[in-house]
Amino acid sequence: MTRAHFDPRTLHRHRAAGIWSTLFLGAIIIAIVALGALLYDIVDESFGLVAIENRIDPASLARDGMPLETLDKAQLVEILTGHISAGLLRRLENDLPFEERDRANVYALVLERVVEPKIVKTWSLTDSLTNRAAIEAEVLAEYPQARLEFHAWINSTFIQSPQSSSPEFAGVRTAILGSLWTIVITIAVAFPIGVGAAIYLEEYASDTLVNRVIQTNINNLAGVPSILYGMLGLAIFVRGLEPLTSGAWLGAGDPTTANGRTVLSAGLTLALLVLPLLIINAQEAIKAVPASLRQASYGLGATRWQTIWHHVLPNALPGILTGTILAISRAIGETAPLVVVGASAFVALDPSGPFSKFTTLPIQIYQWTTRPQDQYRNLAAAAILVLLVLLLSLNAAAILLRNRYRRQG
Amino acid sequence: MALTSTKQALVSGKLPGKLPGDLPGETASDTQSLLHKRFRLGETFIQGFLFVCGAISILTTIGILYVLGHESLLFFRNPDVSLLEFFTGTKWQPAILEFGILPLFNATLITSAIALLVALPLGLSAAVYLSEYATPRTRGVLKPILEILAGIPTVVYGYFALSFMTPLLRTLFGADTVEIYNTASAGLVMGILILPLVTSMSEDALSAVPGSLREAAYALGATKLETAVKVVVPAALSGITAAFIIAASRAIGETMIVAIAAGAGPSFTLNPFRAAETMTGHIVRISGGDLSYDSIDYNSIFAIGLMLFFMTLTLNLISNRIVRRFREVYE
Amino acid sequence: MNFISPIFTHTQVQQCLVDTPAAAGNCAIETHDLTIYYGDFCAVRDINLHVELRKITAFIGPSGCGKSTVLRAFNRMNDLIPSARVEGAVLFGGQNIYAPTVDAVEVRRRVGMVFQKPNPFPKSIYENVAWGARINGYRGNLDELVERTLRHAALWDEVKDKLQQSALALSGGQQQRLCIARAIAIEPEIILMDEPASALDPIATLRIEELMRTLAQDYTIIVVTHNMQQAARVSDYTAFFMVDENRAGYMVEQGHTREIFTNPKDKRTEDYITGRFG
Repeated sequence: MTRAHFDPRTLHRHRAAGIWSTLFLGAIIIAIVALGALLYDIVDESFGLVAIENRIDPASLARDGMPLETLDKAQLVEILTGHISAGLLRRLENDLPFEERDRANVYALVLERVVEPKIVKTWSLTDSLTNRAAIEAEVLAEYPQARLEFHAWINSTFIQSPQSSSPEFAGVRTAILGSLWTIVITIAVAFPIGVGAAIYLEEYASDTLVNRVIQTNINNLAGVPSILYGMLGLAIFVRGLEPLTSGAWLGAGDPTTANGRTVLSAGLTLALLVLPLLIINAQEAIKAVPASLRQASYGLGATRWQTIWHHVLPNALPGILTGTILAISRAIGETAPLVVVGASAFVALDPSGPFSKFTTLPIQIYQWTTRPQDQYRNLAAAAILVLLVLLLSLNAAAILLRNRYRRQG
Repeated sequence: MALTSTKQALVSGKLPGKLPGDLPGETASDTQSLLHKRFRLGETFIQGFLFVCGAISILTTIGILYVLGHESLLFFRNPDVSLLEFFTGTKWQPAILEFGILPLFNATLITSAIALLVALPLGLSAAVYLSEYATPRTRGVLKPILEILAGIPTVVYGYFALSFMTPLLRTLFGADTVEIYNTASAGLVMGILILPLVTSMSEDALSAVPGSLREAAYALGATKLETAVKVVVPAALSGITAAFIIAASRAIGETMIVAIAAGAGPSFTLNPFRAAETMTGHIVRISGGDLSYDSIDYNSIFAIGLMLFFMTLTLNLISNRIVRRFREVYE
Repeated sequence: MNFISPIFTHTQVQQCLVDTPAAAGNCAIETHDLTIYYGDFCAVRDINLHVELRKITAFIGPSGCGKSTVLRAFNRMNDLIPSARVEGAVLFGGQNIYAPTVDAVEVRRRVGMVFQKPNPFPKSIYENVAWGARINGYRGNLDELVERTLRHAALWDEVKDKLQQSALALSGGQQQRLCIARAIAIEPEIILMDEPASALDPIATLRIEELMRTLAQDYTIIVVTHNMQQAARVSDYTAFFMVDENRAGYMVEQGHTREIFTNPKDKRTEDYITGRFG
């Protein structure tokens, strides 16, 4: 035995190991930095300075030395009548008579229709904080009429306002409601079918060819690009089943659209999309129920369905619900299939039911992102914040559920 | 007792299959009537319903195949379209009836290749770190971060590509070299999008390698790196390969990032700093506009969809097969 | 290699040759007050034992008595368990292997290990043997090393025609002998064996035991076994472990295998041995 046979160079190897472990960690750090950059980018665009130019200076609207904001309702209505066209006035009166409107509402109308503030330039949060002096100088030089103010693009008005053609007044209310309607339909369809399929595969299916095909098929469907589901939805729900999905069969269709590009089609498309995910998750949950429980139930003379209904499902429920929440968050974030199914480019009216035209939060983000003007980019960032908060709370709910389930198990 | 069970027999159905509750036939006639197999209508109905639920997935697949196939057939039957031109033409301009898929296909390949160049090395490195180096506590902190990354909707990544990555690239390489829409930006961000997928699948494969192999390597005087790279990674190679293939399939099918950041309008270019429309990007743009049914434009996106379907399906099937073979070795 | 003489004679020969259990210059490894914790749990406490050079020492005792834990302390395999903590000293060549300046990788190169279940790498037979030598910078001819080692492990004749085939295709007993070959390919000074035959059938077990006797001519071997007949058959020395009321393991006594099995000094050893042998 001669040690001379070996030259282990341990020091060198340890050094290499150290370098590589730093590299491995570096990969994770890059991922974290990317996440940080993404969040920073979104927050950066959601807040910041804006330069606003008014069509009419509010100071010029002052009455008897009283500034605009202190005027009462009657005076405001007077201003409104004096500045806008008769046609628009009639339309507003039509929407809701001025007598029934409160002061705040009229004041908002005066701002929107008479003062007509227009955001002429926006700055990111970083710029606003670090470069304030230069920005002020620039505004003074280029937009002498404009005033500079700090604007949070995400605010309560943004969430409560419907879509609008001017970015100053646009909001995500329509989009949020559209998303909610769509998701309700998605879950109503996908949940029972998904859980049913999972029960069938785990509790009933014997190892026959048909059942193996079903299982393989589900696994493969989970890998089909989401845009193809959109094409399926377009051809089947929107086009093929148009009388059904447009609501024409109930006479409930939206007269302005009267085609299949409705909340219902979108919901059904997303249901097919999340179905494989839901089934696979539910299967895992059902698999985790101990076999001894089933045997105990059968031992007492229960039928197969009694066993499933009374013992298997209650025990698998937390897992199934966790999987369902994850499926919901997937569906909420989906964009491509809905573009294909035919989300409307512009919907200012709240969706009223399954047969309404629709837009959803991600669709709204997509449309704002693709506009060239800066203001829309800010709007998109604010809408992304809303979407991320929504998704984060859903995921938090799923994690809580999972942890509680683990503690019990 | 006997009364209730008789009643039950009238109301509900039989037990399907053999169950622990089933008893073999008895000789005494009394017992025989009690233990006789009953037809339980409810049970049969429920089983039927559940089977239909399972079969809906098959219908979905058939639906996808039928829709894509049917519309593609209409497309290829069109006298203005030839199959040869479809696969070899370098121009996709429906307005002048040029339908060569190569520019779209090429853009898909470029964005996917860039995404994989980012996601595969980083994803595998991260997986090795999580599986072989990280303490349980570190893993508990790092994994949720990757899960957040995986949970962000793709449209948000699209926004990120356009409003962050593209300006960054333009600063780095000059606004003259990098167009506003370019495949590099879309590909890089797509790489970040698939990174968590690669990491989590590879980590699963690495953790499935039995600890005894690591012990064997350490007992031979291997360092942690040698154990991880020369023993654990090769042992998990098939699982890692499967992860890589799934990642490729994800990249090819990814839509929103390329629709937002890669460019609108097919162009046959190998320069990643130029705008080029991918297959998915084209489908989204065409179907997002006012599309009249039965037009050649409408049919053409289904032909693209069919190709997309076969490409991703092939990759998924290969990956599944590899995973299955991998399982056979260790279980 | 072609070891055919009955094992018991060997044991007897050993007993005649060695009389002083702890001759100072013949110590391969020894422990001083070795105590090992897993988190707060004390797995073994205050172990003081020494292992003779080029002899086979067996660790026996009821399950959970920490004999494997002690074995794994000899090449710092316990380092891989994050919660494990070692107190006391393990002296190898006069140096405490738990001293802060000592590199675990260096220790493991000199103290090889064979595990309970055969764990060949999912590589070829050739690669399994060559791997350890390669990472440790072997300077000679690898082909020769592989052949020499496999011959030494009495496996050459069975595998010489399929060196490039996967090691996983071998039988369990062959796999375990391959693992032994893999361990001796890097020329360690000590080979630790953790119940090396417990997963094997009796014939494969016999072959492993024969191999151990052959290897003992060149190597110090420490073997953990739950099979007392095996300890009696193959080992020169035996250390007997027990578990105390706090579930911590401790060493009751060590000595010549013959002494321990025929004339134990401690009542507990006697109870354990007679209880099993009945």
